[in-house]
Amino acid sequence: MSEETKNINKETDVLPEEPGGMKPIWFFVGLILFFIGLVLILAGIYNYYHPAQSGTVMEYMHPDIWWGGIMFITGAGFVFFTRNSTVE
Amino acid sequence: MSSLALNFADWLVIAIYFAFIIGIGFYLKKYTKNENDFFLAGRKNSSWVAGLAFLSANLGALELMGMTGDTFKYGVMVAHFYWIGAVPAMLFLAIYMMPFYYSSKIKSIPGYLKLRYDEKTRVLNGISFAVMTLLVAGINLYAMALVMHTFLGWNWHISMWASALTVAVYVTMSGLLSAIFTEIVQFFLIWFGLFLVVVLGLVNIGGFHQIMARIPHAYTSLWSTAGNANKNGMMVTWGGIALGLGFVLSFGYWTTDFLVVQRAFSAKDLRSARMTPIIASFFKMALPFIVVIGGLIALVLSKESSTGFHLLHTGGHINYDSALPLLLKRYYPHGLLGLGVTALLAGFMAGQAGNISAFNTVWTYDIYQAVIKKDATEEHLLWMGRVATLVGIILSVGTAYWAKSMPTIMDYMQAIFSWVNAPLFAVMLLGMFFVWITADGAFWGLLVGMVTSFGMYIAMKFGWIAKNAITFSHASSDMAANFWRAWWAWLICFGVTILISFFTSKKPKEELVGLVKGLTEEVDTKPRPYYKTPEFVAIISGVVLIALNIYFW
Repeated sequence: MSEETKNINKETDVLPEEPGGMKPIWFFVGLILFFIGLVLILAGIYNYYHPAQSGTVMEYMHPDIWWGGIMFITGAGFVFFTRNSTVE
Repeated sequence: MSSLALNFADWLVIAIYFAFIIGIGFYLKKYTKNENDFFLAGRKNSSWVAGLAFLSANLGALELMGMTGDTFKYGVMVAHFYWIGAVPAMLFLAIYMMPFYYSSKIKSIPGYLKLRYDEKTRVLNGISFAVMTLLVAGINLYAMALVMHTFLGWNWHISMWASALTVAVYVTMSGLLSAIFTEIVQFFLIWFGLFLVVVLGLVNIGGFHQIMARIPHAYTSLWSTAGNANKNGMMVTWGGIALGLGFVLSFGYWTTDFLVVQRAFSAKDLRSARMTPIIASFFKMALPFIVVIGGLIALVLSKESSTGFHLLHTGGHINYDSALPLLLKRYYPHGLLGLGVTALLAGFMAGQAGNISAFNTVWTYDIYQAVIKKDATEEHLLWMGRVATLVGIILSVGTAYWAKSMPTIMDYMQAIFSWVNAPLFAVMLLGMFFVWITADGAFWGLLVGMVTSFGMYIAMKFGWIAKNAITFSHASSDMAANFWRAWWAWLICFGVTILISFFTSKKPKEELVGLVKGLTEEVDTKPRPYYKTPEFVAIISGVVLIALNIYFW
């Protein structure tokens, strides 16, 4: 977990879960990063095996795969660390 | 330019974004039980939530694209908008102004004017803010549709109505709460969606030192060419930068514009409210690493014909706003391209939601409750907030169609803030720090200031007065004129407010407790280690600001 994420969690009012309590915003940020990251990884794998005829300039670096991976891991981290949290 | 052709992966990313923000609206509706939840997000946000929302409310796609294009045009000097043009004002808001705002438990900036001055000053500012907000919201909507039409080939009407309806759905359901949630989602999408362009561009060109080596010296400097307006692309001197941008425009916007300050009001306590703009200041200082470096990358690429990189031409003129979308097209494969487009869409929609949530608050409290229905119940105000959201969306769509029929309206957008915010800042500053400033002085100062600013704009637009009459320089750009006009409008408002205050009756001191420095007790007295105090963190922010200015001097 990054230092920034730790700080964010420290600053957020994280309380024990209550039935119907509101999930913190970081949980939703995590979810959207997780799903978009997953799509990017899958698209990157597809682009790797089926490269476009008019490729992009830095295509050889496969940015979609590793950037998607960073988003996926960041998103998973946010979801994991806030999964039981609710805000007052 | 051919459209940025999207494929299934790109559309999937865009669809995930839309599904999420509408889903968040539905999810938050059950937690929006009263007017406090709807208009102030329950006043329970941490400083991180409020801080990122504070920054994101200002972080529109129009700004991202416009500033990248401006860097292509003017060079590194554009960073002034993010550094001296923002950070000192944000820190001033946190340290000096927030205690008055937060401790007085006001729900809007016009609400402070009512307490400090009187009802007429509040209503004057409420009406001018509401009109400004709807104009900006409509122009923002029009700009989004224009961008989507130009770069993606999307249908103009469908783009506009789809985004307006999406914003209407989630803001109507949970007001500021959902606006803040989506603004924070937007913040992450913008960084993940656009920062990679800079990374790939730097690798492509060979590093930052290669960029600085390949562009003219005038484009690499923040201050060293500001002594002579002829020597920098912006054609502005340090006086215009410091007084116009760094003082009046910046302080006028960041300390009094309810769109951003409303986010700080949603914080759970005074310390969090004070930390809100300070946290935002660090991220504000980081934004040039997307927009300024992105613009410089586009500039370097366009100077080398072998790259095949050329900005779009629209109507025979270079379309500088095309720099960022063209970089996306150059570096992003499918999937990432969808993320880049989503980042821009998120920027537009969060900007729209921010304007609408600020409008519904000011309309409900400062116009409707103040003038039309003074005995409105809490339930009625919540209902009115939802109605105002829908009406605001419809009016902003109308403004967008008006902007479409009058493309020159876009020119007014930069100037709108100086008409309303520059004089307001003078009245706020005087009101917070001097007990003897009167309600009549503030009202007439505000009115004269707004009329003066608008009048100067019209006079220069139609050539009745020359730009250099107000800029003290033989060479002046529109931007330099904007900076200096704001300064004069502020100064005139400042002078008129003081002058009239000498001859009109003052409020008793007991009515000003908690509203004016010297009559306000320190509310946040809880002992903390020094490194957790807003003052200490603000000093660190200031040091970073100074270091950046020295590095790019």
